[in-house]
Amino acid sequence: MSVDTKTVARIAHLARLKVPEDRLEPLAGELNQLLAWVEQLSEVNTDNVPPLTSVVHARLPRRDDVVTDGDRQADVLANAPDAQNGFFAVPKVIE
Amino acid sequence: MSKLISGTTGEWEVVIGLEVHAQVTSNSKLFSGAATEFGAEPNTQVSLVDAAMPGMLPVINAYCVEQAVRTGLALDAQINLYSIFDRKNYFYADLPQGYQISQYKQPVVGEGIITLDLKDGETKEVGIERLHLEQDAGKSMHDQHPTMTYVDLNRSGVALMEIVSKPDMRSSEEAGAYLKKLRTILRYIGTCDGNMEQGSMRADVNVSVRKPGGPLGTRCEIKNVNSVRFVQQAIEYEARRQIDVIEDGGKIVQETRLYDVAAGVTRSMRSKEEAHDYRYFPDPDLLPLELDPAWVDKIKAGLPELPDEKKNRLMRDFGLSVYDAGVMVSEPEIGVYFEEVAKGRDPKQASNWVTGSLFAALNAKGVSITESPVTAANLGKLIDLIADNTISGRIAKDVFEIMVETGGDPAKIVEEKGLKQITDTGFIEGIVDKIIAENPGQVAQYDGGANPKVIGWFVGQVMKQSQGKANPAQVNELLKKKLG
Repeated sequence: MSVDTKTVARIAHLARLKVPEDRLEPLAGELNQLLAWVEQLSEVNTDNVPPLTSVVHARLPRRDDVVTDGDRQADVLANAPDAQNGFFAVPKVIE
Repeated sequence: MSKLISGTTGEWEVVIGLEVHAQVTSNSKLFSGAATEFGAEPNTQVSLVDAAMPGMLPVINAYCVEQAVRTGLALDAQINLYSIFDRKNYFYADLPQGYQISQYKQPVVGEGIITLDLKDGETKEVGIERLHLEQDAGKSMHDQHPTMTYVDLNRSGVALMEIVSKPDMRSSEEAGAYLKKLRTILRYIGTCDGNMEQGSMRADVNVSVRKPGGPLGTRCEIKNVNSVRFVQQAIEYEARRQIDVIEDGGKIVQETRLYDVAAGVTRSMRSKEEAHDYRYFPDPDLLPLELDPAWVDKIKAGLPELPDEKKNRLMRDFGLSVYDAGVMVSEPEIGVYFEEVAKGRDPKQASNWVTGSLFAALNAKGVSITESPVTAANLGKLIDLIADNTISGRIAKDVFEIMVETGGDPAKIVEEKGLKQITDTGFIEGIVDKIIAENPGQVAQYDGGANPKVIGWFVGQVMKQSQGKANPAQVNELLKKKLG
Protein backbone atom coordinates (compact mmCIF):
# COMPACT_ATOMS: atom_id res chain seq x y z
CA MET A 1 0.00 0.00 0.00
CA SER A 2 1.29 3.45 -0.85
CA VAL A 3 0.00 6.99 -1.17
CA ASP A 4 0.55 9.59 -3.85
CA THR A 5 0.60 13.37 -3.47
CA LYS A 6 -3.06 13.58 -4.47
CA THR A 7 -4.05 11.33 -1.56
CA VAL A 8 -1.86 13.32 0.82
CA ALA A 9 -3.57 16.54 -0.24
CA ARG A 10 -6.96 14.93 0.29
CA ILE A 11 -6.13 13.58 3.75
CA ALA A 12 -4.75 16.98 4.72
CA HIS A 13 -7.92 18.67 3.56
CA LEU A 14 -10.15 16.21 5.47
CA ALA A 15 -8.12 16.91 8.62
CA ARG A 16 -8.25 20.66 7.90
CA LEU A 17 -4.45 20.84 7.75
CA LYS A 18 -2.87 23.40 5.48
CA VAL A 19 -0.06 21.69 3.59
CA PRO A 20 1.88 23.79 1.04
CA GLU A 21 2.25 22.28 -2.45
CA ASP A 22 6.03 21.74 -2.03
CA ARG A 23 5.52 19.70 1.15
CA LEU A 24 3.22 17.14 -0.48
CA GLU A 25 5.99 15.10 -2.15
CA PRO A 26 8.18 14.82 1.01
CA LEU A 27 5.10 14.00 3.14
CA ALA A 28 4.04 11.27 0.75
CA GLY A 29 7.54 9.77 1.14
CA GLU A 30 7.35 9.86 4.93
CA LEU A 31 3.87 8.35 5.00
CA ASN A 32 4.95 5.59 2.63
CA GLN A 33 7.85 4.71 4.89
CA LEU A 34 5.45 4.45 7.81
CA LEU A 35 3.07 2.31 5.79
CA ALA A 36 5.90 0.02 4.68
CA TRP A 37 6.89 -0.44 8.32
CA VAL A 38 3.33 -1.33 9.35
CA GLU A 39 3.06 -3.58 6.32
CA GLN A 40 5.41 -6.04 8.03
CA LEU A 41 2.32 -7.17 9.92
CA SER A 42 0.97 -8.83 6.78
CA GLU A 43 3.73 -11.43 7.13
CA VAL A 44 1.66 -12.87 10.01
CA ASN A 45 -1.18 -15.19 9.07
CA THR A 46 -4.36 -13.64 10.56
CA ASP A 47 -6.92 -15.96 8.96
CA ASN A 48 -9.77 -16.56 11.41
CA VAL A 49 -8.39 -14.06 13.91
CA PRO A 50 -10.98 -11.44 14.87
CA PRO A 51 -9.84 -7.79 14.69
CA LEU A 52 -8.41 -6.51 17.95
CA THR A 53 -10.22 -3.39 19.14
CA SER A 54 -8.48 -3.02 22.47
CA VAL A 55 -5.41 -4.43 24.19
CA VAL A 56 -6.80 -3.67 27.65
CA HIS A 57 -8.27 -6.68 29.37
CA ALA A 58 -10.98 -4.85 31.24
CA ARG A 59 -14.72 -4.47 31.03
CA LEU A 60 -16.01 -1.15 29.68
CA PRO A 61 -16.74 0.95 32.80
CA ARG A 62 -20.36 2.04 33.11
CA ARG A 63 -22.01 5.05 34.70
CA ASP A 64 -25.44 5.28 36.38
CA ASP A 65 -28.11 7.37 34.71
CA VAL A 66 -27.95 10.33 37.07
CA VAL A 67 -27.26 14.00 36.43
CA THR A 68 -23.89 14.83 37.98
CA ASP A 69 -22.66 17.64 35.73
CA GLY A 70 -23.80 20.77 33.89
CA ASP A 71 -24.82 24.27 35.02
CA ARG A 72 -21.42 25.62 34.07
CA GLN A 73 -22.15 27.82 31.09
CA ALA A 74 -19.31 30.20 31.94
CA ASP A 75 -16.73 27.37 32.06
CA VAL A 76 -18.01 25.90 28.81
CA LEU A 77 -17.82 29.23 27.00
CA ALA A 78 -14.58 30.41 28.68
CA ASN A 79 -12.27 29.54 25.79
CA ALA A 80 -14.62 30.50 22.98
CA PRO A 81 -13.26 33.27 20.73
CA ASP A 82 -16.77 34.71 20.72
CA ALA A 83 -19.90 34.00 22.77
CA GLN A 84 -23.19 35.88 22.74
CA ASN A 85 -26.30 35.43 24.90
CA GLY A 86 -25.00 32.14 26.25
CA PHE A 87 -24.30 30.70 22.78
CA PHE A 88 -21.03 30.04 21.00
CA ALA A 89 -20.98 32.57 18.17
CA VAL A 90 -19.23 31.44 15.00
CA PRO A 91 -19.11 32.86 11.47
CA LYS A 92 -22.32 31.88 9.67
CA VAL A 93 -22.01 28.30 8.41
CA ILE A 94 -24.93 28.34 5.99
CA GLU A 95 -25.27 30.12 2.64
CA MET B 1 -49.68 -3.92 -1.30
CA SER B 2 -47.55 -1.94 -3.69
CA LYS B 3 -48.73 1.28 -5.16
CA LEU B 4 -47.38 1.95 -8.63
CA ILE B 5 -46.87 5.40 -10.10
CA SER B 6 -47.49 5.90 -13.78
CA GLY B 7 -45.09 7.75 -16.00
CA THR B 8 -44.90 8.28 -19.75
CA THR B 9 -43.02 4.98 -20.17
CA GLY B 10 -45.34 2.92 -18.00
CA GLU B 11 -45.59 2.03 -14.33
CA TRP B 12 -42.90 2.70 -11.72
CA GLU B 13 -42.36 1.29 -8.29
CA VAL B 14 -40.92 3.42 -5.48
CA VAL B 15 -38.52 1.77 -3.03
CA ILE B 16 -38.15 3.32 0.40
CA GLY B 17 -35.88 2.72 3.38
CA LEU B 18 -35.89 4.80 6.55
CA GLU B 19 -33.19 5.72 9.05
CA VAL B 20 -34.83 6.99 12.21
CA HIS B 21 -32.89 8.85 14.87
CA ALA B 22 -34.72 8.35 18.14
CA GLN B 23 -33.58 10.18 21.25
CA VAL B 24 -33.13 7.72 24.10
CA THR B 25 -35.23 8.55 27.15
CA SER B 26 -32.65 8.97 29.92
CA ASN B 27 -31.77 11.49 32.63
CA SER B 28 -28.19 12.06 31.55
CA LYS B 29 -26.20 11.86 28.33
CA LEU B 30 -24.66 8.84 26.63
CA PHE B 31 -21.11 9.54 27.79
CA SER B 32 -21.43 12.30 30.41
CA GLY B 33 -23.41 13.24 33.52
CA ALA B 34 -25.05 16.35 32.00
CA ALA B 35 -28.86 16.51 31.85
CA THR B 36 -30.90 15.82 28.72
CA GLU B 37 -34.06 17.80 29.47
CA PHE B 38 -35.55 19.80 26.59
CA GLY B 39 -35.79 23.58 26.64
CA ALA B 40 -33.03 24.59 29.08
CA GLU B 41 -31.01 27.83 28.77
CA PRO B 42 -28.24 27.48 26.14
CA ASN B 43 -25.09 25.62 27.17
CA THR B 44 -26.29 24.95 30.72
CA GLN B 45 -26.59 21.18 30.22
CA VAL B 46 -23.07 20.68 28.97
CA SER B 47 -20.22 18.90 30.70
CA LEU B 48 -16.61 19.40 29.67
CA VAL B 49 -16.87 15.99 27.96
CA ASP B 50 -19.71 17.25 25.75
CA ALA B 51 -17.74 20.41 25.00
CA ALA B 52 -14.78 18.20 23.96
CA MET B 53 -12.28 19.84 26.27
CA PRO B 54 -8.84 18.22 25.91
CA GLY B 55 -8.29 15.25 28.22
CA MET B 56 -11.95 14.57 28.90
CA LEU B 57 -12.94 10.90 28.61
CA PRO B 58 -16.33 9.37 27.81
CA VAL B 59 -17.92 6.95 30.32
CA ILE B 60 -20.95 5.10 29.01
CA ASN B 61 -24.39 5.44 30.61
CA ALA B 62 -25.50 1.88 31.40
CA TYR B 63 -29.18 2.83 31.21
CA CYS B 64 -28.84 4.08 27.62
CA VAL B 65 -27.41 0.69 26.67
CA GLU B 66 -30.33 -0.98 28.45
CA GLN B 67 -32.79 1.20 26.51
CA ALA B 68 -31.16 0.26 23.19
CA VAL B 69 -31.29 -3.43 24.09
CA ARG B 70 -34.93 -3.09 25.21
CA THR B 71 -35.78 -1.49 21.86
CA GLY B 72 -33.99 -4.26 20.00
CA LEU B 73 -35.95 -6.88 21.92
CA ALA B 74 -39.25 -5.09 21.19
CA LEU B 75 -38.33 -5.18 17.49
CA ASP B 76 -37.70 -8.91 17.76
CA ALA B 77 -34.11 -8.22 16.80
CA GLN B 78 -30.81 -9.93 17.36
CA ILE B 79 -28.93 -8.50 20.36
CA ASN B 80 -25.19 -8.42 19.79
CA LEU B 81 -23.39 -9.28 23.01
CA TYR B 82 -20.23 -7.70 21.63
CA SER B 83 -20.32 -4.33 19.90
CA ILE B 84 -17.87 -1.55 19.13
CA PHE B 85 -17.96 2.24 19.31
CA ASP B 86 -16.36 4.02 16.37
CA ARG B 87 -15.49 7.59 15.57
CA LYS B 88 -17.29 9.11 12.60
CA ASN B 89 -15.12 12.04 11.58
CA TYR B 90 -16.42 15.29 10.14
CA PHE B 91 -16.16 18.98 10.88
CA TYR B 92 -19.12 21.14 11.75
CA ALA B 93 -19.59 24.06 14.14
CA ASP B 94 -21.96 22.13 16.41
CA LEU B 95 -19.71 19.06 16.68
CA PRO B 96 -16.98 20.11 19.11
CA GLN B 97 -15.12 16.78 19.08
CA GLY B 98 -14.68 16.85 15.32
CA TYR B 99 -16.16 13.35 15.34
CA GLN B 100 -19.34 11.66 16.48
CA ILE B 101 -19.07 8.55 18.64
CA SER B 102 -21.23 6.03 16.82
CA GLN B 103 -21.28 2.33 15.96
CA TYR B 104 -20.31 1.26 12.47
CA LYS B 105 -19.48 -2.34 11.65
CA GLN B 106 -20.58 -3.93 14.91
CA PRO B 107 -23.78 -2.32 16.21
CA VAL B 108 -25.42 -3.35 19.49
CA VAL B 109 -28.59 -4.59 17.73
CA GLY B 110 -28.83 -6.53 14.47
CA GLU B 111 -31.71 -7.64 12.24
CA GLY B 112 -35.30 -7.44 13.45
CA ILE B 113 -38.81 -6.95 12.19
CA ILE B 114 -41.70 -4.53 12.48
CA THR B 115 -45.30 -5.20 11.44
CA LEU B 116 -47.11 -2.31 9.77
CA ASP B 117 -50.84 -1.79 10.17
CA LEU B 118 -52.23 -0.69 6.83
CA LYS B 119 -55.69 0.18 5.63
CA ASP B 120 -58.54 -2.33 6.03
CA GLY B 121 -56.71 -4.38 8.64
CA GLU B 122 -53.97 -5.37 6.19
CA THR B 123 -50.51 -5.84 7.65
CA LYS B 124 -47.00 -5.89 6.17
CA GLU B 125 -43.67 -6.89 7.64
CA VAL B 126 -40.70 -4.57 7.20
CA GLY B 127 -37.21 -5.71 8.08
CA ILE B 128 -34.99 -3.83 10.53
CA GLU B 129 -31.39 -3.81 9.33
CA ARG B 130 -29.77 -2.65 12.57
CA LEU B 131 -29.97 -0.34 15.56
CA HIS B 132 -26.95 1.42 16.96
CA LEU B 133 -26.16 3.92 19.71
CA GLU B 134 -24.58 7.26 18.93
CA GLN B 135 -24.16 10.80 20.21
CA ASP B 136 -26.33 13.66 19.06
CA ALA B 137 -24.62 16.88 17.91
CA GLY B 138 -25.28 20.37 19.26
CA LYS B 139 -27.79 22.75 17.77
CA SER B 140 -26.90 25.51 15.27
CA MET B 141 -29.13 28.54 14.93
CA HIS B 142 -28.59 30.49 11.75
CA ASP B 143 -31.34 33.08 12.12
CA GLN B 144 -30.40 34.86 15.34
CA HIS B 145 -27.71 37.16 13.94
CA PRO B 146 -27.02 38.57 10.46
CA THR B 147 -23.48 37.26 10.14
CA MET B 148 -23.07 34.72 12.94
CA THR B 149 -24.34 31.22 13.71
CA TYR B 150 -25.22 30.57 17.33
CA VAL B 151 -24.33 27.15 18.77
CA ASP B 152 -25.96 25.52 21.77
CA LEU B 153 -24.33 22.30 22.99
CA ASN B 154 -27.17 21.19 25.31
CA ARG B 155 -28.05 18.41 22.87
CA SER B 156 -24.41 17.52 22.26
CA GLY B 157 -23.80 14.00 23.57
CA VAL B 158 -27.44 13.08 24.14
CA ALA B 159 -27.95 9.38 23.34
CA LEU B 160 -29.61 8.53 20.04
CA MET B 161 -30.69 5.21 18.64
CA GLU B 162 -30.31 5.09 14.89
CA ILE B 163 -32.84 2.53 13.68
CA VAL B 164 -32.28 1.52 10.06
CA SER B 165 -34.97 -0.30 8.07
CA LYS B 166 -34.44 -2.50 5.08
CA PRO B 167 -35.62 -0.99 1.77
CA ASP B 168 -38.92 -2.85 2.15
CA MET B 169 -41.46 -0.06 1.78
CA ARG B 170 -43.21 0.62 -1.52
CA SER B 171 -45.38 3.71 -0.93
CA SER B 172 -45.52 6.87 1.14
CA GLU B 173 -48.43 5.32 3.08
CA GLU B 174 -46.23 2.41 4.11
CA ALA B 175 -43.47 4.80 5.19
CA GLY B 176 -46.02 6.71 7.27
CA ALA B 177 -47.33 3.49 8.80
CA TYR B 178 -43.74 2.46 9.63
CA LEU B 179 -43.01 5.70 11.46
CA LYS B 180 -46.28 5.57 13.38
CA LYS B 181 -45.77 1.95 14.39
CA LEU B 182 -42.16 2.49 15.40
CA ARG B 183 -43.20 5.52 17.43
CA THR B 184 -45.96 3.53 19.17
CA ILE B 185 -43.55 0.72 20.06
CA LEU B 186 -40.93 3.14 21.41
CA ARG B 187 -43.59 4.86 23.53
CA TYR B 188 -44.93 1.55 24.85
CA ILE B 189 -41.53 0.46 26.09
CA GLY B 190 -40.55 3.97 27.21
CA THR B 191 -37.26 4.16 25.32
CA CYS B 192 -38.10 7.33 23.34
CA ASP B 193 -40.95 9.80 23.81
CA GLY B 194 -41.48 9.94 20.03
CA ASN B 195 -42.02 13.68 20.08
CA MET B 196 -41.22 14.77 16.53
CA GLU B 197 -41.86 18.49 17.15
CA GLN B 198 -39.15 18.60 19.81
CA GLY B 199 -36.85 16.62 17.56
CA SER B 200 -36.80 13.42 19.66
CA MET B 201 -37.56 11.49 16.48
CA ARG B 202 -36.19 12.48 13.06
CA ALA B 203 -36.06 10.52 9.85
CA ASP B 204 -33.66 10.26 6.92
CA VAL B 205 -35.55 8.88 3.94
CA ASN B 206 -33.92 6.83 1.18
CA VAL B 207 -35.92 6.88 -2.04
CA SER B 208 -35.34 5.23 -5.41
CA VAL B 209 -37.57 4.20 -8.28
CA ARG B 210 -37.51 1.22 -10.60
CA LYS B 211 -39.62 -0.65 -13.11
CA PRO B 212 -41.64 -3.26 -11.18
CA GLY B 213 -39.47 -6.34 -10.64
CA GLY B 214 -36.44 -4.64 -12.18
CA PRO B 215 -33.06 -3.95 -10.53
CA LEU B 216 -32.93 -1.28 -7.79
CA GLY B 217 -32.47 2.29 -8.98
CA THR B 218 -29.98 4.84 -7.65
CA ARG B 219 -31.21 6.27 -4.39
CA CYS B 220 -31.31 9.76 -2.96
CA GLU B 221 -31.33 10.42 0.77
CA ILE B 222 -33.64 13.10 2.12
CA LYS B 223 -32.17 14.26 5.43
CA ASN B 224 -33.77 15.16 8.73
CA VAL B 225 -37.48 15.17 8.03
CA ASN B 226 -39.37 15.83 11.25
CA SER B 227 -42.99 14.76 10.79
CA VAL B 228 -44.88 11.80 9.38
CA ARG B 229 -46.75 14.07 7.01
CA PHE B 230 -43.57 15.69 5.67
CA VAL B 231 -41.94 12.27 5.18
CA GLN B 232 -44.89 11.22 3.06
CA GLN B 233 -44.93 14.47 1.07
CA ALA B 234 -41.16 14.31 0.52
CA ILE B 235 -41.45 10.75 -0.82
CA GLU B 236 -44.30 11.66 -3.20
CA TYR B 237 -42.32 14.59 -4.56
CA GLU B 238 -39.00 12.78 -4.77
CA ALA B 239 -40.42 9.70 -6.54
CA ARG B 240 -42.10 11.89 -9.15
CA ARG B 241 -38.91 13.94 -9.62
CA GLN B 242 -36.79 10.81 -10.18
CA ILE B 243 -39.29 9.34 -12.66
CA ASP B 244 -39.35 12.62 -14.60
CA VAL B 245 -35.53 12.80 -14.69
CA ILE B 246 -35.21 9.22 -15.96
CA GLU B 247 -38.02 9.52 -18.50
CA ASP B 248 -36.46 12.71 -19.85
CA GLY B 249 -33.34 10.65 -20.56
CA GLY B 250 -31.44 11.81 -17.47
CA LYS B 251 -29.69 9.88 -14.71
CA ILE B 252 -30.25 9.93 -10.96
CA VAL B 253 -27.17 11.04 -9.08
CA GLN B 254 -26.75 9.54 -5.62
CA GLU B 255 -26.92 12.55 -3.33
CA THR B 256 -28.26 14.03 -0.13
CA ARG B 257 -31.31 16.23 -0.43
CA LEU B 258 -33.36 18.43 1.87
CA TYR B 259 -37.14 18.68 2.00
CA ASP B 260 -38.26 22.30 1.77
CA VAL B 261 -41.50 22.25 3.74
CA ALA B 262 -42.75 25.65 2.56
CA ALA B 263 -42.23 24.93 -1.14
CA GLY B 264 -43.09 21.21 -0.91
CA VAL B 265 -39.99 20.20 -2.89
CA THR B 266 -36.72 18.37 -2.26
CA ARG B 267 -33.47 20.17 -3.05
CA SER B 268 -29.93 18.96 -3.54
CA MET B 269 -27.61 19.86 -0.67
CA ARG B 270 -24.79 20.20 -3.20
CA SER B 271 -22.45 18.54 -0.72
CA LYS B 272 -18.81 18.18 -1.68
CA GLU B 273 -17.59 14.75 -2.76
CA GLU B 274 -15.44 14.08 0.28
CA ALA B 275 -18.21 15.04 2.70
CA HIS B 276 -19.06 11.36 2.99
CA ASP B 277 -15.56 10.22 3.79
CA TYR B 278 -16.08 9.72 7.52
CA ARG B 279 -12.91 7.65 8.09
CA TYR B 280 -14.54 5.50 10.77
CA PHE B 281 -12.21 3.82 13.22
CA PRO B 282 -12.72 2.22 16.66
CA ASP B 283 -12.75 4.89 19.39
CA PRO B 284 -9.60 4.31 21.43
CA ASP B 285 -11.26 5.94 24.46
CA LEU B 286 -13.88 3.18 24.71
CA LEU B 287 -13.52 -0.54 25.22
CA PRO B 288 -15.83 -2.92 23.34
CA LEU B 289 -19.34 -3.05 24.78
CA GLU B 290 -19.85 -6.56 26.14
CA LEU B 291 -23.26 -7.63 27.41
CA ASP B 292 -24.09 -10.38 29.85
CA PRO B 293 -26.71 -12.73 28.33
CA ALA B 294 -28.47 -13.02 31.71
CA TRP B 295 -28.81 -9.22 31.82
CA VAL B 296 -30.35 -9.23 28.34
CA ASP B 297 -32.78 -11.99 29.41
CA LYS B 298 -33.80 -9.93 32.42
CA ILE B 299 -34.63 -6.95 30.18
CA LYS B 300 -36.59 -9.26 27.92
CA ALA B 301 -38.60 -10.65 30.83
CA GLY B 302 -39.40 -7.10 31.93
CA LEU B 303 -40.81 -5.98 28.56
CA PRO B 304 -44.37 -4.69 28.83
CA GLU B 305 -47.17 -5.96 26.61
CA LEU B 306 -46.34 -4.70 23.11
CA PRO B 307 -48.89 -2.99 20.84
CA ASP B 308 -49.37 -6.02 18.53
CA GLU B 309 -49.95 -8.36 21.47
CA LYS B 310 -52.32 -5.90 23.08
CA LYS B 311 -54.24 -5.42 19.83
CA ASN B 312 -54.74 -9.15 19.46
CA ARG B 313 -55.84 -9.45 23.08
CA LEU B 314 -58.38 -6.61 22.74
CA MET B 315 -59.82 -8.27 19.64
CA ARG B 316 -59.93 -11.67 21.32
CA ASP B 317 -61.10 -10.75 24.84
CA PHE B 318 -63.23 -7.70 24.12
CA GLY B 319 -64.40 -8.55 20.61
CA LEU B 320 -63.15 -5.23 19.22
CA SER B 321 -62.87 -4.78 15.45
CA VAL B 322 -59.40 -4.55 13.89
CA TYR B 323 -59.94 -0.84 13.44
CA ASP B 324 -61.11 -0.12 16.99
CA ALA B 325 -58.36 -2.28 18.50
CA GLY B 326 -55.83 -0.38 16.35
CA VAL B 327 -57.08 2.94 17.70
CA MET B 328 -56.94 1.68 21.30
CA VAL B 329 -53.30 0.62 21.05
CA SER B 330 -52.09 3.61 19.02
CA GLU B 331 -51.02 5.37 22.24
CA PRO B 332 -50.25 3.47 25.44
CA GLU B 333 -52.39 5.90 27.49
CA ILE B 334 -55.47 5.28 25.31
CA GLY B 335 -55.18 1.53 25.89
CA VAL B 336 -54.91 1.97 29.65
CA TYR B 337 -57.93 4.29 29.67
CA PHE B 338 -60.03 1.98 27.52
CA GLU B 339 -59.26 -1.10 29.57
CA GLU B 340 -60.29 0.65 32.77
CA VAL B 341 -63.59 1.72 31.18
CA ALA B 342 -64.25 -1.68 29.57
CA LYS B 343 -63.41 -3.83 32.57
CA GLY B 344 -66.57 -5.67 33.64
CA ARG B 345 -68.71 -3.71 31.16
CA ASP B 346 -69.97 -4.05 27.62
CA PRO B 347 -66.76 -3.54 25.60
CA LYS B 348 -68.60 -2.32 22.49
CA GLN B 349 -70.28 0.42 24.56
CA ALA B 350 -66.96 1.32 26.18
CA SER B 351 -65.24 1.48 22.80
CA ASN B 352 -68.04 3.64 21.31
CA TRP B 353 -67.87 6.11 24.19
CA VAL B 354 -64.06 6.35 24.04
CA THR B 355 -63.71 6.70 20.27
CA GLY B 356 -66.89 8.77 19.91
CA SER B 357 -67.88 11.29 22.58
CA LEU B 358 -64.60 11.23 24.52
CA PHE B 359 -62.29 11.76 21.50
CA ALA B 360 -64.61 14.49 20.21
CA ALA B 361 -64.50 16.27 23.58
CA LEU B 362 -60.70 15.92 23.88
CA ASN B 363 -60.30 17.25 20.34
CA ALA B 364 -62.56 20.21 21.03
CA LYS B 365 -60.61 21.02 24.18
CA GLY B 366 -57.26 20.31 22.52
CA VAL B 367 -56.05 18.08 25.36
CA SER B 368 -54.59 14.58 25.44
CA ILE B 369 -56.26 11.60 27.07
CA THR B 370 -54.05 11.90 30.17
CA GLU B 371 -55.47 15.40 30.72
CA SER B 372 -59.08 14.29 30.12
CA PRO B 373 -61.57 16.01 32.44
CA VAL B 374 -63.61 12.79 32.31
CA THR B 375 -61.69 10.08 34.13
CA ALA B 376 -61.91 6.46 33.01
CA ALA B 377 -63.56 5.60 36.34
CA ASN B 378 -66.26 8.24 35.81
CA LEU B 379 -66.91 7.23 32.21
CA GLY B 380 -67.29 3.66 33.46
CA LYS B 381 -69.82 4.81 36.06
CA LEU B 382 -71.78 6.63 33.37
CA ILE B 383 -72.01 3.43 31.33
CA ASP B 384 -73.19 1.60 34.48
CA LEU B 385 -75.95 4.19 34.92
CA ILE B 386 -77.20 3.40 31.41
CA ALA B 387 -76.87 -0.35 31.94
CA ASP B 388 -78.97 -0.36 35.13
CA ASN B 389 -81.61 1.92 33.58
CA THR B 390 -80.91 4.86 35.87
CA ILE B 391 -80.60 7.09 32.80
CA SER B 392 -81.34 6.67 29.11
CA GLY B 393 -78.65 6.79 26.45
CA ARG B 394 -79.90 10.20 25.36
CA ILE B 395 -79.70 11.70 28.86
CA ALA B 396 -76.24 10.09 29.19
CA LYS B 397 -75.04 12.35 26.37
CA ASP B 398 -76.16 15.39 28.37
CA VAL B 399 -74.54 14.06 31.56
CA PHE B 400 -71.34 13.47 29.60
CA GLU B 401 -71.30 17.10 28.39
CA ILE B 402 -71.56 18.23 32.02
CA MET B 403 -68.77 15.83 33.01
CA VAL B 404 -66.55 17.34 30.31
CA GLU B 405 -67.12 20.82 31.73
CA THR B 406 -66.96 20.02 35.45
CA GLY B 407 -65.08 16.74 35.69
CA GLY B 408 -67.86 15.62 38.02
CA ASP B 409 -69.11 12.23 39.12
CA PRO B 410 -71.99 11.13 36.83
CA ALA B 411 -74.14 9.70 39.66
CA LYS B 412 -73.98 13.04 41.50
CA ILE B 413 -74.79 15.00 38.33
CA VAL B 414 -77.84 12.79 37.66
CA GLU B 415 -78.95 13.24 41.27
CA GLU B 416 -78.43 17.01 41.39
CA LYS B 417 -79.99 17.76 38.02
CA GLY B 418 -82.87 15.36 38.59
CA LEU B 419 -82.07 13.43 35.40
CA LYS B 420 -82.93 10.02 36.78
CA GLN B 421 -84.86 7.95 34.28
CA ILE B 422 -88.52 7.37 35.00
CA THR B 423 -89.33 3.66 35.04
CA ASP B 424 -92.54 3.95 37.04
CA THR B 425 -94.99 2.27 34.65
CA GLY B 426 -97.98 4.02 36.16
CA PHE B 427 -96.44 7.46 35.65
CA ILE B 428 -95.43 6.75 32.05
CA GLU B 429 -98.82 5.25 31.37
CA GLY B 430 -100.44 8.49 32.54
CA ILE B 431 -98.49 10.51 29.98
CA VAL B 432 -99.11 7.95 27.24
CA ASP B 433 -102.84 7.98 27.89
CA LYS B 434 -102.91 11.77 27.84
CA ILE B 435 -101.05 12.02 24.53
CA ILE B 436 -103.30 9.40 22.92
CA ALA B 437 -106.43 11.16 24.16
CA GLU B 438 -105.28 14.56 22.88
CA ASN B 439 -104.29 13.39 19.40
CA PRO B 440 -107.04 11.37 17.75
CA GLY B 441 -105.79 12.43 14.32
CA GLN B 442 -102.40 10.71 14.76
CA VAL B 443 -104.11 7.67 16.34
CA ALA B 444 -106.21 7.32 13.20
CA GLN B 445 -103.10 7.72 11.05
CA TYR B 446 -101.34 4.93 12.96
CA ASP B 447 -104.38 2.80 12.20
CA GLY B 448 -103.64 -0.01 14.63
CA GLY B 449 -100.13 -0.52 13.24
CA ALA B 450 -100.94 -0.24 9.52
CA ASN B 451 -98.71 2.83 9.42
CA PRO B 452 -96.01 1.86 11.97
CA LYS B 453 -93.81 4.92 11.39
CA VAL B 454 -96.28 7.14 13.23
CA ILE B 455 -95.31 5.51 16.53
CA GLY B 456 -92.09 7.50 16.41
CA TRP B 457 -94.07 10.68 16.64
CA PHE B 458 -95.86 9.38 19.76
CA VAL B 459 -92.56 8.36 21.38
CA GLY B 460 -91.24 11.84 20.71
CA GLN B 461 -94.25 13.46 22.37
CA VAL B 462 -94.01 11.26 25.47
CA MET B 463 -90.28 11.93 25.80
CA LYS B 464 -90.88 15.63 25.43
CA GLN B 465 -93.56 15.57 28.16
CA SER B 466 -91.24 13.65 30.49
CA GLN B 467 -88.27 15.97 29.69
CA GLY B 468 -86.43 13.05 28.17
CA LYS B 469 -86.53 11.04 31.37
CA ALA B 470 -89.05 8.32 30.52
CA ASN B 471 -87.49 4.95 29.80
CA PRO B 472 -87.69 4.71 25.97
CA ALA B 473 -88.17 0.93 25.95
CA GLN B 474 -91.11 1.15 28.31
CA VAL B 475 -92.61 4.04 26.35
CA ASN B 476 -92.41 2.02 23.13
CA GLU B 477 -93.93 -1.03 24.72
CA LEU B 478 -96.82 0.88 26.32
CA LEU B 479 -97.60 2.77 23.12
CA LYS B 480 -97.69 -0.41 21.04
CA LYS B 481 -100.03 -2.02 23.56
CA LYS B 482 -102.37 0.96 23.84
CA LEU B 483 -102.48 1.82 20.13
CA GLY B 484 -103.10 -1.85 19.40
